[in-house]
Amino acid sequence: VSSTYIATAGEDEKKVKKGPTKGRPESERSRAENKLGRNLVLPAIIVMLLVTAFPMLRALYLSLFSYSLTAPEDREFVGLSNYVTALSDPLFWRDTGVTVLYMVVTVAIELVIGFIFAMVMHRVIFARGVIRTSILIPYGIITVVSGFAWQFAFSYQNGFVNSWIPGLDSTFNWFAETTPAVIAIMVSEIWKTTPFMSLLLLAGLAQVSEDMIEAAKVDGATWWQRLWKVILPNMRAAIMVAVLFRALDAYRIFDNIFVMTAGAVGTESISFLTYRQTIEQFQLGIGSALSVLLFLSVLLIAFLIVKLFRVDLAAARQEG
Amino acid sequence: MKRLSAAPRGRSRKRSTRRIAGLAAAVLAGGTLSACSSASAKPSLNWYVNPDGVETLTSLAEECSTDEYDIEIQLLPASATDQRTQLARRLAAKDSSTDLMSLDPVFVAEVANAGWLEQLPEDVAATATDDDVLAGAAETVTWDDGVYAFPQWANTQVLWYRKSLAEKAGLDMSKPVTWGQVIEAAADNGGTVGVQGNKYEAYVVWINALVMGAGGQIISNNEAGKEADIEIGSEAGKEAARVIQKLADSEAAQPDLTTSNEGTSLGLMYEGAGEFMVNWTFVYQNYKTLVDAGDLTKEQLDDLGWAPYPRTVKEEESKPPIGGIDIGVGAYSENSEFALEAAECVTSPEAQVQLAVNEGLMPSRSSAYEDEELTKAYPGDLLTLWRESVDKGGPRPKSAYYATISAALQSTWHAPTGVDPDSTPEESATFLADVLEGKALL
Repeated sequence: VSSTYIATAGEDEKKVKKGPTKGRPESERSRAENKLGRNLVLPAIIVMLLVTAFPMLRALYLSLFSYSLTAPEDREFVGLSNYVTALSDPLFWRDTGVTVLYMVVTVAIELVIGFIFAMVMHRVIFARGVIRTSILIPYGIITVVSGFAWQFAFSYQNGFVNSWIPGLDSTFNWFAETTPAVIAIMVSEIWKTTPFMSLLLLAGLAQVSEDMIEAAKVDGATWWQRLWKVILPNMRAAIMVAVLFRALDAYRIFDNIFVMTAGAVGTESISFLTYRQTIEQFQLGIGSALSVLLFLSVLLIAFLIVKLFRVDLAAARQEG
Repeated sequence: MKRLSAAPRGRSRKRSTRRIAGLAAAVLAGGTLSACSSASAKPSLNWYVNPDGVETLTSLAEECSTDEYDIEIQLLPASATDQRTQLARRLAAKDSSTDLMSLDPVFVAEVANAGWLEQLPEDVAATATDDDVLAGAAETVTWDDGVYAFPQWANTQVLWYRKSLAEKAGLDMSKPVTWGQVIEAAADNGGTVGVQGNKYEAYVVWINALVMGAGGQIISNNEAGKEADIEIGSEAGKEAARVIQKLADSEAAQPDLTTSNEGTSLGLMYEGAGEFMVNWTFVYQNYKTLVDAGDLTKEQLDDLGWAPYPRTVKEEESKPPIGGIDIGVGAYSENSEFALEAAECVTSPEAQVQLAVNEGLMPSRSSAYEDEELTKAYPGDLLTLWRESVDKGGPRPKSAYYATISAALQSTWHAPTGVDPDSTPEESATFLADVLEGKALL
C-alpha cells in the first residue's frame, strides 16, 4: 500500500511542477497581466528595499569599525577584525550552542504538539469555535507577558510548578543553574508559540484530499499507516513552512530570556549577546558584526531546512 | 409613515456626519493652535530623574520653575543599567527635549566623553565644585579638565554592625578596623559579614573600594580611553582578592554570598548574633521605620552601630564607595541656559536639605549637614561619619568605557567563592585588556 502511495504523490508533484511551463505557451494576455502585476508590486518592493536594505547595509558597514557610542572620536576602521574576534571567542560558540539547543528542542516539541492540536482543530465536531479559540489563546499573548507569567510559575517563592512536580523540593530554584533555567525558558517559548505551529499545520491538513484518505482506508490501511503514508507526505510543504518559520523565529529567541533570566547562568542566546554588545555596552562595531553573523546563520538554517525537506516553495504554492 | 420617517433620518445622518467632520476639524485646528501657542509660551524643561525620592524631586521641580520656564519631571526606569540605556538612546539621537538629567556618578565621564553633556561655563563650574562640595562628590562631575554636572546628593557606604557582636568579639570600633578583623570577629562569635556579591554593579563597588583601600586602582591614565593602563593585576588587586577569598572561605560568609545585594543582608542584622555589613546610607532609615512599625524594638535599634568603611590593609586608610546623583544638562537642549539655571536651583543647599530630610538622600555639600532639620532627623555622629566618608571616598574609575570595565570585572570576579588572589586579578587584567582592544566578547 505504502510504496504505491508515495510514488503517486511524487509523480503528481512533478507533473504539477512541469505543467504550466512546458505545456502551454504564454499568451499575450497573460504576459500583459504579468507585467501589470509586476508594475503594481514595484513601488512596494522599492519601499521594502529602502526600509530593510538600509539598516542591513549600515550594520555591514559599522561591523568593520571599532566603534563605541560613548567614545565617537576613538572610532577606527578595523576591517574584518570584529568578525575574527566573534568567531574565535568561546562565548560566541557557547551562545550559538545554547541557541541551537533552544531551536531544535522547542521546534521539535512544538511540531508534535502543534500537529496534535491541528488534528483536534481539524476533526472536532462540537464546540469548534470555542476549541479553536482556546488553542490559539497563548499565541495572542505578548511574549514578555508570557515570560513573566512563567517566571512567576517557576519561582520557588510564589510559583506553582514546584508543588505540581512530585518529588521536587519546594525550594528548588529553577533559575540558579543552566539546565533548569533553559528548561523553564523553553516551556514558556513552547507554550507561547505552539498555536502558531498548529495554525500553519491546520492549513496543510485542510489541503490533504479526503479521497486519498478514503482510498487508503478502503485498501485496508490502519490509522497509523494513513497518517504516515498519506497525510504527512501530502503535508510536506505545509510542515516545511511551519518548521521554517518557527526555526527562524526560535533561533532569534530573545524576549523570554530577557524577562526570565536576563541571560544569566548560561542561558544567553546569540540575539541576547548581540543586544548586550550593542545596547548595553554601546559597542556598535562588534554588535553589528554579531548581527551580521546572526543574519547569516538564519540564512543558513533556512537553506538547510529547505534542502532537508526537498520541497521547493513554488511547487508548494501551485499545489495549493 | 415610513417615508416621512425615512427622510429626516437621512438628513439627520448627513447632519451627524457633518457634525463629526466639524468636530474633527475643530480638534485638528485646536491641536495646531495649541501647538502654536505652546511654542510661543514659556518652554518646559524635561528633567529625567531616577525613581529615588520622586516626591521631593517633583516639589523641587515646581519650586525651581520660574516665569520663564517650567520644569517637568520625566521618570527613568528603576535599574541603573536601564536608566543609562534610555538616556543614551535619547542623547545618541540628539534629542532636544532632554534638558536635565539625573546621572549616576559613574556614567558622567561616559556621557561627557560622548559629547552629550553641556560643559559648565567656568563661573558656574566654580560654584558647582566649590570648597563646600565634599571632595568625593566633586570628583564625580569632572572629566578631561572640565566640569559636566552638578553634584546633587551623595551616597556612601559605612560599616553597620551590632554593637553587642563587636563587644563580644572584643573589637574596638572607635578605631579603624580591617576587613580581616571584621571577618574573624564575626566568624568567631557566630555572626556574619554582609556584602554585595551578586553579579552586578554593586559587586564592582565592593571590588573597587577594596582595591583603592590597598592603595591601588582598577585603571589609571583613564582619559586614554581604550589605551588606559590596567592596574587590577597589581598587588592592590591581589589584596582585594585576598579579602574576598577570606570572607568566602570563612564561616562569616552569608549563605547567599554569591547572589547577595543591598537588601538581602538587612534581615540578618537582628538574626542570631547579628552581622557586620557594608551598605549605603539608607540602612538607618530602614531600621528606624521598622521600629515605628513595631517590627523592631527601640533596644534593638540602639544596638545598631556604625563605623568607617573597613580597611583593606592595616596601614592604608579606607576609601569608602561613592554613589548618589549628579545633574547634567543635555548638549542638544534648546534651552540650555535655562537648564543650567534650573540645575543650579535643584542642587542648591536648600534643595539638598529637603532631599536629605524627606527622602534620606544625603547632601553633597558640607554646609547642608549642619542644617537644623537634618541634625534633628539623624544622630550627629552618623551625619559626621557620612560626611567624612563622602569626603574621603574613592570613586569608581572614570572612563568612557566604564560600562565595559564594570562588566569585564563582573565576569572575571564572580562568583566571590571562586576568587583566587594568585590568579583572579591577573586574569581579569588580561581579559579587560582584550575586551578594551576588541579582542574578546563580554
